[in-house]
Amino acid sequence: MQAKPSTLKVLDVVSLILLGISTYLALVFAPTEAVMGEVQRVFYFHVATAWVGMLGFMAAGVSGIIYLRTGDLKWDRVEIAAVEISLVFFFIAIVLGSIWARPVWNTWWTWDPRLTTAAITQLIYIAYFMLRQGIEDPDRRARFGAVYTLVGAVSVPITFMAIRLFRTIHPVVIGTESAEAQGGFNMTADMRVAFFFALFAFTVIFVDLFWNRIRMGTLADKVEQLKLKVMQ
Amino acid sequence: MTESTLTTTTHRPAKSSFWKAIAAVAWKDLAAELRSRELLSAMLVFSLLVILIFNFALELDIATRRSVTSGVLWSTFAFAGTLGLNRSMAIEKDRGCLDGLLLAPVDRSAIYFGKVISNLAFMLIVEAIVLPIYSVLYNTNLFQPGLLLVILLGSVGYVAVGTLLASMAVQTRTRDVLLPILLFPVVVPVLIAAVKASGGYLTGAPMTDILPWLNLLIAYDVIFTAIAFMVFDYVVEE
Repeated sequence: MQAKPSTLKVLDVVSLILLGISTYLALVFAPTEAVMGEVQRVFYFHVATAWVGMLGFMAAGVSGIIYLRTGDLKWDRVEIAAVEISLVFFFIAIVLGSIWARPVWNTWWTWDPRLTTAAITQLIYIAYFMLRQGIEDPDRRARFGAVYTLVGAVSVPITFMAIRLFRTIHPVVIGTESAEAQGGFNMTADMRVAFFFALFAFTVIFVDLFWNRIRMGTLADKVEQLKLKVMQ
Repeated sequence: MTESTLTTTTHRPAKSSFWKAIAAVAWKDLAAELRSRELLSAMLVFSLLVILIFNFALELDIATRRSVTSGVLWSTFAFAGTLGLNRSMAIEKDRGCLDGLLLAPVDRSAIYFGKVISNLAFMLIVEAIVLPIYSVLYNTNLFQPGLLLVILLGSVGYVAVGTLLASMAVQTRTRDVLLPILLFPVVVPVLIAAVKASGGYLTGAPMTDILPWLNLLIAYDVIFTAIAFMVFDYVVEE
């Protein structure tokens, strides 16, 4: 077995430290928001986890295309890693968003473009795993997985636009002034520090998880091959 | 025969033969269906049952009818559509017909487009029977040119993605249940746009409200036909 690369070991530790600092910044350092109160602190991790979900989503689509072009199973492992991370982080983002939305919007859930799109992305990725589970042949599994992520990657933005044609109540925190009535707010300098640090920390965490998951996929494949060799 | 002519005839069939291959695949399906009528009758009876269930689930009285008709119609088409798509690909797989089709010296996308045309034909036939029945049952006139256009555009998008995903679903272990799970989340834009546009026509909304939805439907149709055309090879490859 190959030893874990030392860069990855360092990255693991760095991710943990960054997560700790980010938690401190979000929960203690950032000032309490005047209107929404403490619950607004959810926002830092909510946006950061949604951001990781997006990164995973894009990585999945791209690696799907690369797999179809090259036929190299390595890219299938990259794709499945990206899908898994995206699935988990979108779920965390949805849960955190609900916690925030209950006091602010007075509802856990609303059929707003971003919420609905995140939920549909979850469903697509669950369907993706069900599709993979039903196929024995690794090449075909990888091909079908790549085709389905590609179809999903194209349909999700269209879904977003379609739902956006309805009216939205999701606040656009960065950039617009009109969103205050819907739970938007202007960030103070300290809030901005916490916000961008959370984004940065979660990006590093994403890279770390991504790398670990790809490595795990490679090892799992090796175990599979060794098993076959023993059985022969 | 020299080697160069051999490669031209096997790998690059002439354009007319591409269209002929599409027509042959579609015709094969339609002829088989004309004799057995398995698929159409199943889809049709299923559609009527769905409408029956909606009738009692939603209490389709005059007031609610106006607002939910388009939703009921598209749910019916979506459910009946998966039934048809699944069956249409399953018969290819069951009797090894797909392998036979793949052995044929034609471009694989011809098989895809042939299947799309036959699936679309089945769906349109079912819709053509459901619409008058719905009109009579609920005393609503559904025969408006705009609504028919929406139904055509919506069905094209649905079948374009559905045929691709059905060819994947039938090659898996869980094929009976997998198609709707794969299809519905990616076909959401079609259903939203189709429901909105149909609803717009039924309630007499101004054209400016309907047009964005029509554009969305057309964009979806074009994008997904193109994607399916590009990736179909990977789905049927052995």
